[in-house]
Amino acid sequence: MNPIEILIDYWPRLLDGALMTIKLTFLGALIAALVSPGFALIRVRVSPLAQAPLRLYVSFMRGTPILAQLFLIFYGSGQFRPALEDWGLWTFFRDPFNCALLAFALNSTAYQTEILRGGIMGVPQGEIEAAKAVGMTWRKTLARVVFPHAYRIAWPALGNEFILLMKASALASVVTVFDLMGRTRQVFSKTFDFSVYLWAALIYLFMTAVFVFVWRQAERYLSRHIEARERPRTTTPTVKGTQA
Amino acid sequence: MYELFSYGDAGWGDEILRGLAITVQLAVVTLPVGLFLGFLAAFASMSKWRPLRVLGFGYTTVMRGLPEILTLFVVYNGAGLLLNVILRWWSPEAPPTDFSPFAAGVIALGMVFGAFAGEVLRGAFQSLDIGQIEAGRAIGMTNRQIFLRIQLPQVWRFALPGLGNLWINMLKDTALVSVIALDDLMRMTKVAVGVTKQPFTFYLLACLIYWVMCVLSELVLAKLERRANRGIRRVTS
Repeated sequence: MNPIEILIDYWPRLLDGALMTIKLTFLGALIAALVSPGFALIRVRVSPLAQAPLRLYVSFMRGTPILAQLFLIFYGSGQFRPALEDWGLWTFFRDPFNCALLAFALNSTAYQTEILRGGIMGVPQGEIEAAKAVGMTWRKTLARVVFPHAYRIAWPALGNEFILLMKASALASVVTVFDLMGRTRQVFSKTFDFSVYLWAALIYLFMTAVFVFVWRQAERYLSRHIEARERPRTTTPTVKGTQA
Repeated sequence: MYELFSYGDAGWGDEILRGLAITVQLAVVTLPVGLFLGFLAAFASMSKWRPLRVLGFGYTTVMRGLPEILTLFVVYNGAGLLLNVILRWWSPEAPPTDFSPFAAGVIALGMVFGAFAGEVLRGAFQSLDIGQIEAGRAIGMTNRQIFLRIQLPQVWRFALPGLGNLWINMLKDTALVSVIALDDLMRMTKVAVGVTKQPFTFYLLACLIYWVMCVLSELVLAKLERRANRGIRRVTS
């Protein structure tokens, strides 16, 4: 079969897999994005001793392969089956999708926490003092001064993390989740046609490219006020490529 | 409990250590391959010749955007198919053979490492002070001398943090080869789990071993960085 025929025959499966990949990546990143700001604040504000558990968690997540983390959750939970059944959690851990999602969310939380910590520490002290000077409460300072600026600093790194997570989500295929990689392996084992891998590669690249584009647009939107101020006011034409 | 991890027939200590040895071998063999590809990619993307630049850019962009496990399968299955095609062309009666998983692992991980390293090295070359190269030329150094005496020692210094991260990532990515049936740490753990029915204990052990390797790597890298920067005056506050 030629590559086009493979695509015509199997595109519904590949599409289905791609949607699963998007679902896994997006949900994993979202859960991590909800938890990490709190963790990042702990990493910045709390005394070193109190944040030791968090540092250990981050170090573990960054120092072990995601595949090992996934196996630890998916297969490892089997060792505690009676206890998990008692708590009614066994149905959760039996499903490979849930385990993959949990592993990716835990992993991404560690990375996003560190990225956001860097962002928060990059906010100039003067801005926080100014907020204090105009009488903002601490919560208001966080919501209106610290986090908006921290996210602007961390934005490109967060985008990278999202792409890494999308690539890592292919590992879910190893625990029988039918994401794009899983579907691709399924089609290959049926047809032994190599071209299905190349289609999968193209789909992954396409998804990454679309994401990079959207993320750049969002970055522009986040820093629109800065761009406006830095635009040269003289009559000299804007130099191309300086916006990024 | 401790019997599980002991040496010999009763425990899994020796099997897991053997797996660890394969993992370390794989990482150590991949490193020079990846660095070589990285230098090629860096030179290609800094080339004056446009097609070569496009090639270098294409390689780094595509390889960095693909899941490592996909690359591994493409190399493993693709090289396997190619090998059999060549074999059949050579002698039609030859039985179908499998491509070595170790070689597939080295090639795939090396290609991924090379793509990321290409970007790191390009950044390092481009952050060199152009005046130093002009100074080298002014006192009559050949291009080769400039490269070896001025550029390379400093590229090492600039690229070391990035390359260190890549090494740690690659070390973790070696776990993927367990999927194509190479008896590395991850796969030996799986074998032990299959027999003992203690998945959590053994996967946790595997995680801890990877963790120790990564932390040790970080320590060594910090030392290397300090050494690479020994000639640099730091502004201390």
